[in-house]
Amino acid sequence: MFSTRNFNRSKPVLFILILFPSLLWAYQFVTGNLGVNPIEKLMDELGLMALRLIIITLMITTLSNIRPLKSIVVLRRMIGLFAFYYVCLHFSTYIVLDHFLDMQFIIQDIIKRPFITFGFISFLFLIPLASTSTNNMIKRLGFKLWKKIHYLIYPVAILASMHFYVLVRADKTEPVIYMGIIILLLLHRIFKRLTRPQLAQ
Amino acid sequence: MKILGSEITPYKTYLNRRKFIKGSLASAMLATVTSSAFANHDSDLSIYTKNLNENDKLNSYEEITTYNNFYEFGTHKKHPHLNSGNFKPRPWTIKIDGLVKKPQTFDLEKILSNVTIEDRVYRLRCVEAWSMVIPWQGFQLSELIKMAEPLSSAKYVQFVTVFRPEEMPGQQKRTIIWPYREGLRMDEAMNPLTILATGLYGHEMPNQNGAPIRLVVPWKYGFKSIKSIVEIRFLDTQPETSWETLAPWEYGFYANVNPNVNHPRWSQGTERRIGEFKRRETLMFNGYEKEVAHLYKDLDLTKFY
Repeated sequence: MFSTRNFNRSKPVLFILILFPSLLWAYQFVTGNLGVNPIEKLMDELGLMALRLIIITLMITTLSNIRPLKSIVVLRRMIGLFAFYYVCLHFSTYIVLDHFLDMQFIIQDIIKRPFITFGFISFLFLIPLASTSTNNMIKRLGFKLWKKIHYLIYPVAILASMHFYVLVRADKTEPVIYMGIIILLLLHRIFKRLTRPQLAQ
Repeated sequence: MKILGSEITPYKTYLNRRKFIKGSLASAMLATVTSSAFANHDSDLSIYTKNLNENDKLNSYEEITTYNNFYEFGTHKKHPHLNSGNFKPRPWTIKIDGLVKKPQTFDLEKILSNVTIEDRVYRLRCVEAWSMVIPWQGFQLSELIKMAEPLSSAKYVQFVTVFRPEEMPGQQKRTIIWPYREGLRMDEAMNPLTILATGLYGHEMPNQNGAPIRLVVPWKYGFKSIKSIVEIRFLDTQPETSWETLAPWEYGFYANVNPNVNHPRWSQGTERRIGEFKRRETLMFNGYEKEVAHLYKDLDLTKFY
């Protein structure tokens, strides 16, 4: 049931499901149905979606450790690229719609406001991940180097959740839940590495 | 700048208008619900618009009542509108204590029978860098202070919001330390711009906006304008305020709108006026510089933010 083939078959459906919210929000934005402060709403929804997708890519790796779910890992690249897609939309909403390309203001904002700094660095780290996501790139870099580059997903996830945590003014429950999940997933990886038999060499 | 409302309406007129609103609401139930819910305030907007600055436009009743911060009903800006249905703003009393001739508890109706309700159209600037233009009805805080008869030793006024976790679901969580508290210096409290508002757009104050009575201090960030007030205390020392207690590096006691003082979370140089696409420049003291700048001439505003 959880064969590579079946996971691959589910990709088109997943693709549409994950793409759909962005199309819906764009439509709602254009038709004036995103509430009283549509730019803020759009930015929040896109950012939250991106953070959730980043966490899902981490979860996929963890789940693939469970033997019957081993093949789920074939979904990781697509979801990771979608995370990048939503981050790009989130960031361009901030640049274009929120600040109208006022670059001087934006640069000040990135430097001065820690939560924006975290988000921005997280975005920068995602760029090498997204741009080395093809099979061809894995071949060219060699799997070892490619894998090293992709460890960047950990600082990306941590910074993204901190970006959200610092932004929230008082009730930090939701960002703390996301941070907690990320920490658990990381702890699981560390635990796995420490208990791994040495023959891997 | 035209700030003071010139339209002075006796409170009775408002009560009558409310009766009319209730009647029309009942009949509107039969018609479409969504459009009727917002269609009952005075259709003659000129009452309010004539007090507007030329660069400003009134925000709609819907915008004002569905998007605001009132953490007692939840931390999202749609929560006050969604979660305030069970709140009962009547009967209502306000306790006056601290440095006054005689501590006492006033019935809200008694206060209202002693004051003149007038229209005040004010800009409201949230510390989160969004803003609105709101037609309030209310009376000058100075009128209530006169009724309270503070001692000459009173230098500050503290305000306390009602604590009713069963009616205010946000209070069931300790997001901030309840009850919400705010404060003003005596001269700020006595300034003619400072009002206690009891209505907006000719409606009784909606639950989500601070029913039945709230403060409005238009030259300060919105969080200073404390809602659903049950206690007013006169003090000789600067009182603790809720946001300052929670994050003193972000929120000060004064909280004057000031585009030149940086906030770690939001740039205060610009703001998004709700309903507008492009940001606007934020004005010093939210554009009320002429009326209030003199209060702070000896104060370093970068220190006392």
